[in-house]
Amino acid sequence: MSDSTSANHVASFESHRSPLQQLQHFLHGAPAMVPVIILFVSVAVFGLIAGERFFTAFNLSLIIQQVTIIGILACAQTLIILTAGIDLSVAAIMVLASVVAGKFAVSMDVPIAIAILSGLAIGTLCGVINGLLVTALRLPPFIVTLGTWNVFFALNIWYSGSQSIRSQDIDKIAPLLKFFGERISIGGAVFTYGSFLMLALFLVVWFALNNTAWGRHVYAVGDDKEAAELAGIRTNRLLVSVYALAGFICGIGAWASIGRVGSVSPQSFYDANLDSITAVVIGGTSLFGGRGSILGALFGALIVGVFSSGLKIAGVDVLWQRFAIGCLIILAVGIDQWIRRVSA
Amino acid sequence: MKTRLSVLSVLALSLGMLSPTHAQDDVGACLITKTDINPFFVKMKEGASAKAEELGVKLSTYAGKVDGDHETQVQAIETCIASGAKGILITASDTKAIVPVVQQARDAGLLVIALDTPLEPIDSADATFATDNFKAGELIGAWAAAQLGDKAADAKIAMLDLADSQPSVGVLRDQGFLQGFGIDLVDPNRWGDETDPRIIGNEVTAGNEEGGRTAMESLMIKDPGINVVYTINEPAAAGAYEALKAFGREDKVLIVSVDGGCPGVQNVAEGVIGATSQQYPLLMASLGVEAIAAWAADGTKPAPTEGLDFFDTGVSLVTDKPADGVESIDTTEGTERCWG
Repeated sequence: MSDSTSANHVASFESHRSPLQQLQHFLHGAPAMVPVIILFVSVAVFGLIAGERFFTAFNLSLIIQQVTIIGILACAQTLIILTAGIDLSVAAIMVLASVVAGKFAVSMDVPIAIAILSGLAIGTLCGVINGLLVTALRLPPFIVTLGTWNVFFALNIWYSGSQSIRSQDIDKIAPLLKFFGERISIGGAVFTYGSFLMLALFLVVWFALNNTAWGRHVYAVGDDKEAAELAGIRTNRLLVSVYALAGFICGIGAWASIGRVGSVSPQSFYDANLDSITAVVIGGTSLFGGRGSILGALFGALIVGVFSSGLKIAGVDVLWQRFAIGCLIILAVGIDQWIRRVSA
Repeated sequence: MKTRLSVLSVLALSLGMLSPTHAQDDVGACLITKTDINPFFVKMKEGASAKAEELGVKLSTYAGKVDGDHETQVQAIETCIASGAKGILITASDTKAIVPVVQQARDAGLLVIALDTPLEPIDSADATFATDNFKAGELIGAWAAAQLGDKAADAKIAMLDLADSQPSVGVLRDQGFLQGFGIDLVDPNRWGDETDPRIIGNEVTAGNEEGGRTAMESLMIKDPGINVVYTINEPAAAGAYEALKAFGREDKVLIVSVDGGCPGVQNVAEGVIGATSQQYPLLMASLGVEAIAAWAADGTKPAPTEGLDFFDTGVSLVTDKPADGVESIDTTEGTERCWG
């Protein structure tokens, strides 16, 4: 601001900035572009490093397949984080819902549609429990979901006997459970129905957040809960609805995960909750709530997918793959902070 | 200070227990597993409970929250010492860090037996009842090489391992497999350092289906010609099979694994897995309880298998396509003896 002059000189403003500052200003105006840029840069870089095996339509579509489940969980996670909360239980909800749907359909001969609906209902119920604990008992979301993560996980292990339901048994009895694992190829690329489901979920939630009163209220509550209350938003009801929706999305994720994994696996996705938070954070959503785009989480998940695929194909030791993802998180949040410090 | 006190009180307690007025049913034993989510440990608990009931031993069970949860295991040992138990059966999460507290237990007069996972050093426990994981790997390696015959010389092998921290069970199985297949191990205490071009790559799976699938996909991108897949356990193998199916390669690839759980044996019977090395967690646990009862009765300690520094609870190769020179049982027998 030191070089600010009269209003009619504003046009010449740009010339005083270094290219870096210009970039900073541009990104400040369009923060959602950051993950998009990181994604394209990382695809390009890995295309160079890992070579042609990385940069094929097939591998790029495989990355989308691989991030489907984390992407869906990140969609649910973004909703919670936008309200200045955090949900450590997303993956546990998903696995519990998948075990319920799988057990009902395969071991108990429940009609497949009812089994799937039961999975969705369990997911939603878990979300409602989280929401009620956060609002009615006024407990911090971190504590609530730290608790329910363990509770839901224990229920999952108890109910499943920690035994997987085999892919071959699902094929025989309830093939519809694996619906989202069906593949279609377009050119050299292969997509699963699950990939499309993930994209559709993001678009629907994006639309709801940006074009409905409910969506704007979510941002308002995350930004300043008391102000939102004073403005007439029934914040507790809204919060419960957000947690319920997140639980429902985890239920959908459960169905998709059976397609992805092939079997119902009570031991898979143990730390996918952290992966989902990673995707949200890399996608530029503020952990303090009220700021960020749901689509950022999609790009965040894709960035992690591109990194791990690229590093694997380049033959990097698994240990250093983990190291790189850690650096990526810090880098992404660092860039985000830098953009926010823009001086204009 | 606190531990010192509890050790003293335990000593007092155990001295009390030595008095002849106490009958056999006062013998307490503790089973501490890595987690209670893995069917392997669930089965171990069943085996121990059944044997404890039969011998009139009072069994308490403890488990870490996840694999690698060392702290909970330390607390479990402390609780166990304080409870005046006669012995501890433990599958340690951190095989080095657990040693000092194991020593405390032994000093307090408890018999400590490592189940499944040897402590480091192995003689930190009074005895170790375990699967010979290196041999388990060797069996599937030799089987795979025999199935391929001359083609073993230009096989393309995917290695689906457990975790990047390289826990000993994962290293032993991996290196055993390579030894059995006829590949130079370089350092037998580490996987991933081999230079043989037949190995396409190592990826980690966390021992579950999701990890197995993703790891297999990555290696197939590296080389779609992979025709042998080593997997750390059967859930990882099931995941790898799903990935191969998506690549349309499931009929051209030999998958081998280790564990011998019932779903795994069924997958062998249905041709998903070519062969698996079956281990016997139930036996480990029941032998362990017997050993504690014997220790409580007359102070005898179990002896290791000849030529090994642990008691080998046995491993059998389960396959319906036996190979010359590799001893195996078929899936019918495998199913009878499977766990989980």
